[in-house]
Amino acid sequence: MSDLKKGISRRQVIKTGLAGIVATGIAPTIITRAYGYTNEPTGSTVKFGFNVPQTGPYAAEGMDELRAQQLAVEHLNGEGDGGMLNTFSSKMLKGNGVLGKKVEFVTGDTQTKSDAARAAARSMIEKDGVVMINGGSSSGVAVAVQGLCQEAGIIFMAGLTHSNDTTGKDRKANGFRHFFDAYMSGAALAPVLAKAYGTDRQFYMLTADYTWGWTQADSMKTFLEAEGWNMVTDVRTPVGAGDFSSYITPVLQSGADTLILNHYGGDMINSLTQAVQFGLRDKQVNGKNFEIIVPLYSELMAEGAGENIKGVYGSMNWNWQLSDPGTQAFVKSFGEKFGAPPSNSAHTCYVQTLLYADAVERAGSFNPCAVVEALEDNTGSLEGISSASNKGFLFDGMGNGKTLYRSADHQCFKDVLVMKGKESPSNQYDVLEIVETTPVSQIYYEPDHEMFGGAEASLGTCNPGA
Amino acid sequence: MLGLSAKDTGFLLFVTFLTLATPILLQPFPESSSLAQFNAGYPDLMQRFAIFGIFAIGFNILFGLTGYLSFGHAAFLGVGSYSVVWTYKLLSFNVLPGLILAIVLSGIFALFIGFVSLRRSGIYFSILTLAFAQMSYNLAYSVLTPLTNGETGLQVYGSDPQYLMGEGSPDVPNLFGLVMQDSMKVPVGDWVFTFNVGYYFTAVIAIFVFYISLRIFRSPFGLILRAIKTNRTRLNYAGINTRPYMLAAFVISGMYAGLAGGLLAAMDPLAGAERMQWTASGEVVLMTILGGAGTLMGPVLGAGFIKYFENIFSKINETVLHDWFGALPEPVRDFLIGIISPFVGDGWQLTLGLLFMLVVIFLPGGIMEGAKRIGSLFRRKPSQGGGSPAPKAPVEAAETSNQPAE
Repeated sequence: MSDLKKGISRRQVIKTGLAGIVATGIAPTIITRAYGYTNEPTGSTVKFGFNVPQTGPYAAEGMDELRAQQLAVEHLNGEGDGGMLNTFSSKMLKGNGVLGKKVEFVTGDTQTKSDAARAAARSMIEKDGVVMINGGSSSGVAVAVQGLCQEAGIIFMAGLTHSNDTTGKDRKANGFRHFFDAYMSGAALAPVLAKAYGTDRQFYMLTADYTWGWTQADSMKTFLEAEGWNMVTDVRTPVGAGDFSSYITPVLQSGADTLILNHYGGDMINSLTQAVQFGLRDKQVNGKNFEIIVPLYSELMAEGAGENIKGVYGSMNWNWQLSDPGTQAFVKSFGEKFGAPPSNSAHTCYVQTLLYADAVERAGSFNPCAVVEALEDNTGSLEGISSASNKGFLFDGMGNGKTLYRSADHQCFKDVLVMKGKESPSNQYDVLEIVETTPVSQIYYEPDHEMFGGAEASLGTCNPGA
Repeated sequence: MLGLSAKDTGFLLFVTFLTLATPILLQPFPESSSLAQFNAGYPDLMQRFAIFGIFAIGFNILFGLTGYLSFGHAAFLGVGSYSVVWTYKLLSFNVLPGLILAIVLSGIFALFIGFVSLRRSGIYFSILTLAFAQMSYNLAYSVLTPLTNGETGLQVYGSDPQYLMGEGSPDVPNLFGLVMQDSMKVPVGDWVFTFNVGYYFTAVIAIFVFYISLRIFRSPFGLILRAIKTNRTRLNYAGINTRPYMLAAFVISGMYAGLAGGLLAAMDPLAGAERMQWTASGEVVLMTILGGAGTLMGPVLGAGFIKYFENIFSKINETVLHDWFGALPEPVRDFLIGIISPFVGDGWQLTLGLLFMLVVIFLPGGIMEGAKRIGSLFRRKPSQGGGSPAPKAPVEAAETSNQPAE
């Protein structure tokens, strides 16, 4: 009996094994013939993937991004009031989906961890068949997911990622970033800070220990030292540390008179709150008032930090208080749907989704390489900047004024906002005021800048997948 | 066959069949049905089933046989991943050198940690391993940043040397040109089956290491390990020095973990520090206990169970629930959604926690014990009614027929 059984199962095994070997052997050839590119949409719908942190220190930002993405899909499908579709300078999007296909979406949780983010992204690509992934609230995750999308052959439209590396040394042909970067923050902030606090300051930095923190600290140091400031030390802190008191205690003994917090999300709320509770801002050091600076701001962080944010300088990609028609249209439809003004992370995800859809319409195809070509465009350039690299896709009406998607590194160039915590806020959302709109010419850099991977950094070639 | 008894050979063949047929077995629902949500036959998840199966099989050699509970096995997982990514960076995208390096390095690492930790037993051993793993995690996270790239995760850049990269070599993980991420999609009616190169690569390795674990379980060495679990003091009195055996078991299971970690990086060329965190160590303990510690098949089932929950249940959000209950009247619908939604989506860990409690309380032997109990229910009936069954055959049948619980 057992012999008989063994025989049958062995035959089964051999059969299955052979099938497996045959399958693996001919797989590549079959795929290249059957599909033009990864996840080519064949039905009447097309799927986008929204990969945002729903848990972890950046969860609040992630949930706001998700709301904006949901709104973007509604507007693309012709529901709601259309938002920025009405103000966008490119008029290809008609509110009938993308290339006539209705837009659907799936979501994933990045947990603000590269591993989890890649697992979520892979499942969206392999199981749900998405053609584009948008979102993310951390540069570590953005860099990891961008690499994955490049390998898989789909487009990555980065959400909130502020590290120089995303479009610097880690830039990829299939990846695009609308958000500004640490270099731009430094270039915009340093002159304002020098004007407000003088040119003779000793600063101490606490830096989130990953790609964003590193490049942010690097940029701040470069630009502040150019203004005559002097760095005491730069201390690295783990992401999601929760308690920063042990990092803040040594600050006062160091002789520094300024604390720069290269933190974001929940981490920034905790470190700023603790720094204020420790009485740092009431101290006098070197005959000057002790000051705290948060180079990258967000409305959600400002809300979370409450009173402590008053008078603190920072920079932003966009703010809902801007008065241009694009901003007003977006704030109106977001506010009507969710009852609160959108954060700048929400804005960048919304804009990225529309920009992708527009590029598909202009390309006439979902093929990633065609989309890359449409987003690079190369016909537009910003006024007032004389540089060979100043070309790409120029658009307007998305809240930041004239914006260039530069073809050389897939980075958007636009004005940067320098913000300050309001001294007397009128309501819970009115916590920040715009100090200055730094013109794009002041923050422009060349794609082979040494902070962005130098001459070695390259986009590589676009990958349409199998 | 292969030095196994007839019964074990049957068992191994059965496991082999299950593993190779996974892409079909995990895709039971047609694409257009609303239950397609529960299909798990896509490459990423299948690869995870196989890889974490290997991880759990290795962990079971230590925990299941000797009863020594290591809370630091994730450290080896991380070492494996980092070694593979480093061979990508230095040599080429061929996964083979990396996997060998992963096994060797994690073995050496396990030898060191095991040598120190095994001086203590019980809870002290667990705490020591936990301490070592957390130490490795923190080293990888911040101190050893040049080696591990910290929180960002180690990845391959265009500027890396890659000395063995030929002209035509693929720039994604491959085995002598066989690209891991390639798959063949076979539509059969309303079903789409995905046969993925990477999955079959991990599956073949998983079957091989399962075979090794089977041999260890049946060997005199395995017997000594079991004896250590039963009464270590008595073994010592009998003149047997147990420490070399323990250390060997620890190193073997560390190498299994290193292989699993290496395979993770072979499927997806990135290594992150969070792979070494204590939660990852805890996960493999859960897998083993959930499936049934000390059984051959249990840990694999446990691994599949947890990964399925993590990847499938976590995707059921409120929109999906609205789709399901859309036909019901509004109060009933809202009530049902209100009750169910905390347990799916973000709340998948809650459901898993409850299940884990139920299993530990009512089925201390894990899923395998549950399967055995069900099996014995079915077995008694024919013997009562039929009168003259061969006493041995049904036992064997039960041993194998228990498996398809996944």
